Amino acid sequence: MALKGNLRDFTITQLLNLINLARKTGALVIEGPSDSATITFRDGKLAYAHLGASKDNGLGPILHKTKVISKAQFGTLKKRASEMSDKELGLLLINSGYVTQEDIITSLQTHFMDILNKLFAWAEGIFQFKNGESVPDDKIPVRMDLENIIMEGSRHLRELEQLKDELPNLDMALKFTDRPGVNLRSVNMSVEEWRVVSYINPKNSITQISKATSLSDMEIRRIVYSLLQAGLVELIRPEGGPEPLPDLTSAIPGANKDEQKTLVNRLIGRIRSL
Amino acid sequence: MQTVKMVVTGPFNAGKTEYIQTVSEIDVVSTEKKISSEAEKIKDATTVAMDFGRITVDDSLVLYLFGTPGQKRFDFMWEILSEGMLGFIVMVDSTRPETFREARTILETFRAYAPTPYIVAANKQDLSDAWEVEDMRIALRLDPTIKLLPCVSVDRESVKETLLELLETIITHLDSE
Ligand SMILES: Nc1nc2c(ncn2[C@@H]2O[C@H](COP(=O)(O)OP(=O)(O)OP(=O)(O)O)[C@@H](O)[C@H]2O)c(=O)[nH]1
Ligand SMILES: [Mg+2]
Repeated sequence: MALKGNLRDFTITQLLNLINLARKTGALVIEGPSDSATITFRDGKLAYAHLGASKDNGLGPILHKTKVISKAQFGTLKKRASEMSDKELGLLLINSGYVTQEDIITSLQTHFMDILNKLFAWAEGIFQFKNGESVPDDKIPVRMDLENIIMEGSRHLRELEQLKDELPNLDMALKFTDRPGVNLRSVNMSVEEWRVVSYINPKNSITQISKATSLSDMEIRRIVYSLLQAGLVELIRPEGGPEPLPDLTSAIPGANKDEQKTLVNRLIGRIRSL
Repeated sequence: MQTVKMVVTGPFNAGKTEYIQTVSEIDVVSTEKKISSEAEKIKDATTVAMDFGRITVDDSLVLYLFGTPGQKRFDFMWEILSEGMLGFIVMVDSTRPETFREARTILETFRAYAPTPYIVAANKQDLSDAWEVEDMRIALRLDPTIKLLPCVSVDRESVKETLLELLETIITHLDSE
């Protein structure tokens, strides 16, 4: 079924968060106001990205742009190898000793990250996720963890109003998620982000962390939001905090627990019979 | 005669009134109002103060279902309606991701009013552009322990099923106290 909407209401980072946590395979197609992009995922990892005209997305131009090959080499390729697919060209370049496989992968990753950085700036655009769709046959797939990309994307979020919506309550505490395969050390974080991370503990509310780290409301919200979106932490009620509000017992005045259960069971019986 | 109430809340146009109407034994008593502003003109009428439906259990017990207004400018009603409720349902239109953020805000607001059990209903699952329930769980940032159920408000069986799930959640909650 459909996973579609507009970036106005659902940002790229939120989509990446969804794809990451649900380990989705498929292609995210985004029609922006002036350009369109396709990003392909495999098991929740980024495999491929494509933005705008096809000619800029070929391996030759990418290697040139990321300075893996010189202008002269690129000129020769354009003449001799313009008909080749990316995979064929990659093999040719590796076999003839121009570049290593690692050069190619790194270069593609840089290029894909550039594309995502452009997308993070899009405020508007129709998106659709096509389940199961894979990387085009002639393209070289990579495997990039989304956590770093999401952290990067969240750094673009600069509006306090939006952050307040996303994170209304700073009295909550944080705990690290225990998702398998996520290693905090492999995530690129700024000094401020690391400082926040070092205070994460079910006992410390976000407000306490912001005081301890002397971060502004805006900064602490942005950092917590990016950690949340990257799936690294989750919100919990602080341990040993204020007493919880009175419970269900007060909802039906005068009834004790057994009477309440009997009452609810009567409701269940009635609704079953409807 | 004892009366108990449950509340159906959620963003504008989620299907709250429809949900209550589907199981109520009376015509839903609704304070609806014709919609005048163009932006909101995706349907004819919206709930202004509340709507309510009734299910009589026997001659000593009646269940009222209260629907809240979806629009923020009527949110002064929310706190009043939530008082003394047995539980609540947050209804979300699965075809409109632009309302998910608001649904989460409403959920948080109601949870703050009263720590009673609740479930989330992913409504309009009969429509082809409905999001999948598990995708919605992530988008709504719902904890795995919270019940998020597919729902079709126009379908009686579906409404019954979600009501029963809420009641089961209330029982579990009572047991755990
Ligand atoms: N296809 C489909 N349509 C539904 C469903 N539930 C509600 N609708 C339609 O969605 C529209 C909105 O339903 P309402 O019940 O008025 O929504 P509401 O939540 O009470 O809206 P407000 O009171 O304005 O906040 C109506 O046109 C309903 O007929 C459903 O499960 N499936
Ligand atoms: Mg209504």
